[in-house]
Amino acid sequence: MNGAHDLGGMHGFGPIDPDPNEPIFAHEWERRCFAITLAAAFTKRWNLDMSRHARERMKPDEYLSTGYYEHWLHGLETLLVESGLISVQEIEARMRGDLSRASPVPDAPAAMNADQVLAAFAQGSSVSVPTERSPRFRLGDRVRARNHHPIGHTRLPRYARGRCGIVRECRGAHIFADTNAQGLGKGEGEHLYNVEFTAEELWGEGAVARDVVRLDLWEPHLESV
Amino acid sequence: MAVKTCGSIARMSSDHHHHHHHHDSGSHDEPRLCDTELRVRALESLLVEKGLVDPAALDAIIENYETRVGPRNGARVVAKAWTDPQYRQRLLEDATSAIAELGFQGRQGEHTQVVVNDERVHNLVVCTLCSCYPWPTLGLPPTWYKSAPYRARAVSDPRGVLKEFGLRIPDEVEIRVWDSTAEMRYLVLPRRPAGTEDLDEEALAALVTRDAMIGVGIVESPNPPEAARRGQGDGR
Repeated sequence: MNGAHDLGGMHGFGPIDPDPNEPIFAHEWERRCFAITLAAAFTKRWNLDMSRHARERMKPDEYLSTGYYEHWLHGLETLLVESGLISVQEIEARMRGDLSRASPVPDAPAAMNADQVLAAFAQGSSVSVPTERSPRFRLGDRVRARNHHPIGHTRLPRYARGRCGIVRECRGAHIFADTNAQGLGKGEGEHLYNVEFTAEELWGEGAVARDVVRLDLWEPHLESV
Repeated sequence: MAVKTCGSIARMSSDHHHHHHHHDSGSHDEPRLCDTELRVRALESLLVEKGLVDPAALDAIIENYETRVGPRNGARVVAKAWTDPQYRQRLLEDATSAIAELGFQGRQGEHTQVVVNDERVHNLVVCTLCSCYPWPTLGLPPTWYKSAPYRARAVSDPRGVLKEFGLRIPDEVEIRVWDSTAEMRYLVLPRRPAGTEDLDEEALAALVTRDAMIGVGIVESPNPPEAARRGQGDGR
């Protein structure tokens, strides 16, 4: 979707302004938001791509006027409500200080304990998918990123659409984020490529000829030239 | 589901007054809980009561990412690559496995590639669409990495971005920006500074900064004399 999250190439945000002494979390609520977001994902009612998409669906003006963990909070609340684990009414009641009992979740998955959670983090979750299908593109091929504007999740940023680049890496099949975000299952994956675009191709006049941008794009994002 | 904020509108707004005091803005809000704080508390209490999350797991998650995972991990990888040519080769061929040899692995580091800075190429890492970052080696990303100014400009004006971090890259050096659009995560292997021939791995690791492993910094010589700094050829 062409949301406010797709920031590459935008102007007007001002200087980057790094704070060398910032703590890992600026507020206690950020710390709690981070932890409940990671822990709630173990309910397996959504995947990482659905989670990204839930943050992207924030209204553009809200997205741009809030910080990272507010995006996470919005995403988590959206996923909890859409998956039926928590209702909007329950959240609003709690926020008003009404502590009436939370309604139980039928078939609730057992919460992971601390050891299980840490083991799962250490294990990670590979997105490589074994495939018999051969890749459509090879190293050195010239490709064009599709010019499409899907209303759902996509990992093809606007600034690269319609632009031509060169395949620099063939990475094998990975779970395709764009369809995985629809919650339709991991599928068979799609071949993933690292594609190099020159700064001139992306940004035109005034770009430094030598500079390049590398993107990881899946086969359905690409066309032969 | 409107999200009202505490503090961050002032921090993120486009007129951006160069105030760095976001901690202060938080403490002003402390006496009355803001909407965001109330919402986080509501979600946490509901998740716990419904048996969907274990409070002890929340504490373990926070402790893990505040104390065990961070850029010192990545610095060890870099120092080992500088001192052990065979390790460097393994790291460039299969970074995920080579990094796991040092005990760093897992979430947001499942598919890692190490990209090498040299006299011809300077690498810079960004995620324009969200804020993908190699957690096992660098920890959680700093605020600026997640912010709109960096995500907007790292791809379109990398030299301007680097200038803001105090780095001037000569025109003959290619800037290669890695936009983390899939589950690949990138760690920059910075150039080893001159004057460090006698340092061991641990002393070298102490020189390596988070910013150098993102590509917005370089690794400085320890106590560099002015002449050596200029002669280093590291891009200024």
